[in-house]
Amino acid sequence: MTAPRTTGGPRTTEGPRTTGGPRTAGGGPAGRRRPEDPLVRVGRALRLVILAALALLFLVPFYLLVRNGLAAEQDITSPDWTFFPTTLHWSNVGELFDDPAVPMGRSLVNSALIAVATTLGTLLFASLAGYGLARIPYRFANQVFYAVLGTLMVPSAVTFVPSFVLVSSLGWVSSLRGLIVPTLFSGFACFVFRQFFTGFPRELEDAARVDGLGYWRTYWRIVVPNARPVFAAVGTIVFIGAWNSFLWPLVIGQDRDAWTVQVALSTFTTAQVVNLHELFVAAAVSIVPLVLVFLLLQRYIVAGVERSGIDD
Amino acid sequence: MRRRISDNTLWFWVFVGPFAVGLALFTYVPLLWSVYLSFFDAHNTVSPTDFVGFDNYTAMLRDGAFTSSLGTFAVFSLFIVPATYALALALALMVNRTRRFQAFFRSVFFLPAACSYVVAALIWKLSIFNGVRFGLANTVLGWFGADQTAWLSTTHPPWYWLVIVTVRLWLQAGFYMILFLAGLQRISPRLYEAAAVDGARPGWQVFRHITFPQLRTTSVAVVLLLVINAFQAFDEFYNLLSDARGYPPYARPPLVYLYYTALGQGQNLGMGSAGAVILALIVAVVTVFQARWFGLGRKEAD
Repeated sequence: MTAPRTTGGPRTTEGPRTTGGPRTAGGGPAGRRRPEDPLVRVGRALRLVILAALALLFLVPFYLLVRNGLAAEQDITSPDWTFFPTTLHWSNVGELFDDPAVPMGRSLVNSALIAVATTLGTLLFASLAGYGLARIPYRFANQVFYAVLGTLMVPSAVTFVPSFVLVSSLGWVSSLRGLIVPTLFSGFACFVFRQFFTGFPRELEDAARVDGLGYWRTYWRIVVPNARPVFAAVGTIVFIGAWNSFLWPLVIGQDRDAWTVQVALSTFTTAQVVNLHELFVAAAVSIVPLVLVFLLLQRYIVAGVERSGIDD
Repeated sequence: MRRRISDNTLWFWVFVGPFAVGLALFTYVPLLWSVYLSFFDAHNTVSPTDFVGFDNYTAMLRDGAFTSSLGTFAVFSLFIVPATYALALALALMVNRTRRFQAFFRSVFFLPAACSYVVAALIWKLSIFNGVRFGLANTVLGWFGADQTAWLSTTHPPWYWLVIVTVRLWLQAGFYMILFLAGLQRISPRLYEAAAVDGARPGWQVFRHITFPQLRTTSVAVVLLLVINAFQAFDEFYNLLSDARGYPPYARPPLVYLYYTALGQGQNLGMGSAGAVILALIVAVVTVFQARWFGLGRKEAD
């Protein structure tokens, strides 16, 4: 996934980096130029201290993951446990991929294929539907929209048994198709796109229509390029969700060959044979792609959430 | 003019059709099928013949394990919903007011959202809340002279709740913080100026009378999402509590229970479906009630 550089959506009245810099929206005394009240300074320092302490707390689990992944076995389970390991074993990473008992490489590839395909497919189907619902006049558009909205309330418990049966009657159990296709139609993504397109200024599209472009070409040439931040935001959320999803791959991926990273890891934790450092290094490896995607695209998620009305 | 209208209808379905077909096939068909199955005696079969009416439902509601799983959900949401709400809002307020390092703090708090429940459960189970001495919690408590606790298997007092709640709190607080940050960005600075003119002291008064009421729509959405997500709790319970020997009878949320009923050894699809339908009805009622109560969709407040 490449990060679209332009954030030039038509709604950028606030400028592209709405959240990055030292903006003081939300007001408060920090925003105004005033002689500095010592109390305000103390308050700000206190806030920084609290934030720093919380940040440290939030990072500890990541640290433990890496620490245990690179530690020697006895450094993980030793009764004289220390916060810092005595030695680092980078070879743990290599051992993980050489271990024939765990299909780590295969499950990583599966997860990557599933996450990429799910993301692209979801973006395609949901954005088209969202646009149609928002912009093409049709008598029953609202009813269709409510039918989409209703699915947000359906707990996965209600659909997983029949979905499983449906997928198995198609012969898709333990296949990537079975893991990908049923997840391509996300009511949530469609809802977000519809909300975004509803608030999208009409002028650009009107100009395109006057120039004789139909809905189809207007969509691809005008609408999509202007909606990049929302595509990036929804895409990242879907990608993370697909990479991390557990119940469906657990039910469908019955053969080892169809395991995703999450299922592979989970069989580790529930099995009795636990090679701890290998387990931790596998877990650490499993989050690397996500952390990368996440750090690269994070500001688009934030910008996209702010503009798309996910929380409206 | 007629031609124009049918053109629009055609194009509407060109855009919406593929999605609608997929949604119908993979959500609505399973949903209706689930309702159908719930009225039949369906052991190991999905094309059942014995119609049993509401028997599955009554059996389910009399089944202590199922009702206790609903209780588990209720207790779980009682912990997790207010805790996440408060933490996410507090983080958003503090991050929003911080000028330096804002991007850094936002990233750090949001980063756990990239972590899966499986991985987080692993860290919690085998590294932080480990029952023996090499767990972080016991090590830290040991410095203060506390005894070692077997966090995940102690039921009196129910220490396992601390493990279950903190996992989810860590994973999801950052995402909701982002929603609150987005809400905060939308509040007009003029409101704060007006409040300052009126002599409201910055801090609690401004929060109480300006910020919090302005965040209402965001708050409603956050609470709704939190409750719906709590209903769907599966991953952390499954990964934290089950092991090679199976699953302990305590702290089993509905989804875990249904998973074992429908796809476990019994393969009781009729019962599983009845339970799932009951669950869906509860979610629907709670959602609609909550939306009405807090006025979701009422736009005049904005």
